Amino acid sequence: MSILVNKKTRLIVQGITGKEGSFHTQQMIAYGTKVVAGVTPGKGGSKHLGVPVFDTVEQAARATRANASIIFVPPAFAADAIMEAADAGLPLVVCITEGIPTLDMVKVNAYLSARGTRLIGPNCPGIISPGQCKVGIMPGFIHKRGPVGLVSRSGTLTYEAVGQLSALGLGQSTGIGIGGDPIIGTSFVDALRLFNDDPQTKAIVLIGEIGGTAEEQAAAFVKKNVRKPVFAFIAGRTAPPGRRMGHAGAIIAGGTGTAAEKMKALRRAGITVVESPADIGATVAVALKKSPKRKKTVARKAKPKSKPKQKTARKLRKKLKSSSSKKRKRRKR
Amino acid sequence: MKVHEYQAKLIFSRYGIPVPQGEVAFSPAQARAVTEKLGGKAVVKAQIHAGGRGKGGGIRKATTPQEAELHATALLGQPLVTPQTGPAGRIVRSVLVEETLPIARELYLGLVLDRALARVVVMASAAGGMEIEEVARENPEAILKAAIDPVAGLGAFQARKLAFGLGLQGASVKQLGELLAGLHRVTVELDASLAEINPLIVTADGRLVALDAKLNFDDNALFRHPDLHELRDLDEEEPLEVEASKHRLNYIKLSGNVGCMVNGAGLAMATMDIIKLAGGEPANFLDVGGGASAEQVREGFKIILSDPNVRAVLINIFGGILRCDRLAAGVVEAVRALDIRTPIVVRMEGTNVEKGRRILRESGLDFTVAENMGDAAEKVVHLARGR
Repeated sequence: MSILVNKKTRLIVQGITGKEGSFHTQQMIAYGTKVVAGVTPGKGGSKHLGVPVFDTVEQAARATRANASIIFVPPAFAADAIMEAADAGLPLVVCITEGIPTLDMVKVNAYLSARGTRLIGPNCPGIISPGQCKVGIMPGFIHKRGPVGLVSRSGTLTYEAVGQLSALGLGQSTGIGIGGDPIIGTSFVDALRLFNDDPQTKAIVLIGEIGGTAEEQAAAFVKKNVRKPVFAFIAGRTAPPGRRMGHAGAIIAGGTGTAAEKMKALRRAGITVVESPADIGATVAVALKKSPKRKKTVARKAKPKSKPKQKTARKLRKKLKSSSSKKRKRRKR
Repeated sequence: MKVHEYQAKLIFSRYGIPVPQGEVAFSPAQARAVTEKLGGKAVVKAQIHAGGRGKGGGIRKATTPQEAELHATALLGQPLVTPQTGPAGRIVRSVLVEETLPIARELYLGLVLDRALARVVVMASAAGGMEIEEVARENPEAILKAAIDPVAGLGAFQARKLAFGLGLQGASVKQLGELLAGLHRVTVELDASLAEINPLIVTADGRLVALDAKLNFDDNALFRHPDLHELRDLDEEEPLEVEASKHRLNYIKLSGNVGCMVNGAGLAMATMDIIKLAGGEPANFLDVGGGASAEQVREGFKIILSDPNVRAVLINIFGGILRCDRLAAGVVEAVRALDIRTPIVVRMEGTNVEKGRRILRESGLDFTVAENMGDAAEKVVHLARGR
């Protein structure tokens, strides 16, 4: 299993004939993704890279029974492309484009909320379920099939984490880059909910960064709902306030959105916060080796003040409870 | 993109938002002339891209044109230090000379993006003149909010609710509605990422006037507002950052001595963090993007090394689309072309990493090759200390 994309994903590429669109279409096909159609207005009826090209997403969807789309359209036209995909009834749209005006995304968000379409991104590397399907621009070969669900606001930092995990033999169920913009379609909470419900996913790695409060919301959600071990890294501890650190959404504004605040909130929720970006893989590996079975998070009972002492006790408790909670869960299903 | 108060006020008045009478002045003589036009009394306000100007002595009252000239002389060409500028301050290059108004009340009004709601929200408070962040920390219930539906727009009822919530009465209620409608139009039509009036005053005779004005524009939307480009003030920006933006490089100068060049914003931030964890201080943030060309690598080096504090450079690349061999070739070429003597630590991972490492080894140049991020950080911090 995996989340959102798998072997049944039938993909449309919007902007397939462009430079980026062409390159990544080839890469995705090489990875095994079923690219069933491309869309470039005015080039309908032709073929590109062996893929039939249509003028509109609606035509493409109808002709090919596609169920997802990926967008490589310049920023000025990307919001329109997202809405076109939603209008065509596609349940999943991944938007790679960086630099979409924020107010365009405000409109897109309102448009999507009235329809059943899930957007991933924009300004993201996409989503991959290793060994099954890649809908994005990430290097496929660094991934490995396995138990770790990964969700991140970053691109290359995600590759770094994936590289570390794979090198230690820890594969991934699905990796999602949710994007570095202030307004994005799929939040940390959305991804966590999906990973929590996915039986293949045994542990979750969350990679956040400064700006906004998405990590704080994720922490609250994990504390309340997630019964799997969660690991987090937050980039930007050394970022100066008031400056946009590359990503449009990575900015400490008015004293909020600092890495310290986010790390504190995540720790309070019982999440293991990794201090160094070089230790993401190793931390997950060590923790999973210690208790390979699914854990029951008892973070609510954890008191941050006496953390060091409680750690071992908490782990023991987790181990003891893990079997019973598992049964309970099964019964529910 | 930030603009000056006088520029924001010109835009405001185009959208029907009342602002005090006044003009920008670039010389003391101009300041004097404007004050004469205003009837002899004025406020002289230093124009810099930072707040807290009042606290830094950048806003001065003049009761005669001569006094206004003196204030302008004292401010122009001098650095102004405010709580937001840092210790070096910012050079004042213009002053806004405005009429003085009798103030009955000071309010706060701002339109900002609420990321969690994915909506533009109006924030209003009766505590005008205070920083909104401070109000949010100390007295959050004193902030009134209204989220604007992107389809329906700002409702007249929302404006009324805010007006009554602020304790406005009579004609002021309607005035606030008109003013808010104008501010909303500024935001939507010009893609403002922040439109703030602090304080919005109620004059003794009951008029609402924007005493201050702050406008930031969404950089991603500037392509559709060519007329806004000329409002950009390059003097307010770090010269190295301006240079970097010309080469589509994302550079932010910091105060440490370890330069870094990274592909991707998240990894670039994480690289800064790990330099700090290893006991060093990053000199910059530099994201060369997903497909850095040899030209970009060269320009990146130039920019990093123009900072005299830099003692060593860390190149951290996770090659995905950007192949390590191509990057390595670019690095070698740049180091040769620029005759770089600063120690360089290279850490590469990903596509064609072996080929890339071989290119570095066989170049005959003195690179320190690191195994992983932790190793790289330690090595570069060590080298930065060694000089």
